[in-house]
Amino acid sequence: MKRQLRSIAALMRRGLNEILRVPGGAVPGVLAPTIFMLGLSAVFGKAARLPGYDTANFLTFIVAVGMLQGAGFTGAATGVNLARDIEQGWFDRLLLSPTPRAVLLAGVVGSASLRALLPATFLLTVALTLGVDWPGLLAIALAALLVMGLAAAAACYAILLALRFRTQQAAPLMQVGTFVAVLFTTAYAPRELLSDWLRTIADINPVTHVLEGVRQGFVGDVTWATTWPALLAVTGLIAVFGSLAVRGMRRQGA
Amino acid sequence: MRASIVVLARRALRNAARRPQFLAPLVLFPSLFLALNVGGLERTTTLPGFPKVDGFLDFQLAAGITQSLLLGGVSAGIAVALDIEGGFFDRLVASPAPRSAIVLGRVLAAGVIAAFQVSYFLVLGAVFGVDVKGGVLGVLSVLAIGILAGTGFGAIGVLIALRARNASTVQGIFPLVFVVLFISSAFFPADLLSSPADAVAAYNPLSYIAEGMRHPIAFSNDVVALLEGLGAAAAVTAVALGLSLQALRGRLRQA
Repeated sequence: MKRQLRSIAALMRRGLNEILRVPGGAVPGVLAPTIFMLGLSAVFGKAARLPGYDTANFLTFIVAVGMLQGAGFTGAATGVNLARDIEQGWFDRLLLSPTPRAVLLAGVVGSASLRALLPATFLLTVALTLGVDWPGLLAIALAALLVMGLAAAAACYAILLALRFRTQQAAPLMQVGTFVAVLFTTAYAPRELLSDWLRTIADINPVTHVLEGVRQGFVGDVTWATTWPALLAVTGLIAVFGSLAVRGMRRQGA
Repeated sequence: MRASIVVLARRALRNAARRPQFLAPLVLFPSLFLALNVGGLERTTTLPGFPKVDGFLDFQLAAGITQSLLLGGVSAGIAVALDIEGGFFDRLVASPAPRSAIVLGRVLAAGVIAAFQVSYFLVLGAVFGVDVKGGVLGVLSVLAIGILAGTGFGAIGVLIALRARNASTVQGIFPLVFVVLFISSAFFPADLLSSPADAVAAYNPLSYIAEGMRHPIAFSNDVVALLEGLGAAAAVTAVALGLSLQALRGRLRQA
């Protein structure tokens, strides 16, 4: 068990090292969610005047969207990096090691969870500087947990695609998947203001619960009624995509 | 010269058709974004100051087209950068073909792809109930502004590729597409933008390009909007083409 934990830690360190070795590669992933948040706020800011938004500040409403987008981008980037390792043959060498496949997966996914905190922290700092109210420590802790959880689920989804297509050219598929999952929710407007078709999708989409879980504290108070569906949704997503990714890992080289 | 441009444009189009994974995002991402904006923010048409439109899709369609055309520019830049990385660019330079045809051929291909992008969005709009208010003349206006703007964005992509010389740097400008769009009136009426986006939007050529296409779609044919749209697109194209040819000369001097 101790040896497996050491393997996971080593793989997580390798994932985090990429940020230090190729900082230029990490910049777009860190900046993009913040640019997106600021842009949306500048363009659609007046939407918050509509009855139904529980805040007069659109930026406050979409902070959670930016944080989850960062998690989605990080997860997708993990899949792209794995595809690169597959193309370059490093992944095959990893498979030859005595480390169980599930442990290999845990290391890669764990690094995605930690890296997702980087864009989230940057975005939150910018948002707070621009006047978003401090949501409280409990809300921040919960948001961090959910961001890490969603990044893990997104990483499992992207890894699944990387193992299936074995090329970085699958990157748009990984990005579109996370883009749709995060934005086809109550991202832009409260549920009652969405058009019928988008409301239906948002109701089905489990990421809606995750988003509402991150949003509480920024808009309204932290409540258990919003928290447990968010935790359940993110756990379910990790369980489903994690199982599929473990199965994909076990099939490698079989 | 003309034959070389056409041959190189044809090659660029053939290569684009062979790699649908590069072409599909040009319409896929803006279509998803369009759906999201319309589905999530359709009630904003009731805000005081929002112009009277049949639906938010009527208003947003021009934004989707503009976004797609900008991504087309990024795609053209990536293609040129890949040619440089793969050594094909150097072989072209060594060939007897006029050097400016290397840029003009790629930019012509961007214009042709732009025609497909604009047509795609007009059909998509029609499927979801958009009735182009300007009629046939309006459709032709949208096509004219869109193709001209797409050609200019292609030239910007080529310019960046010639300067950067690698595909990953060109790919890195993707977030900038959103930045320049967000500081224009492409997505929302200029009067309802927040500060400082509203001030910048007045000087952003994308505002005029998007408004030029929006008028015939959502309102009516308007000569001023048409001329402003065509003028902005022509200015972008002329400046970008001039700078691209200059960048090509600079690169040849270094070679």
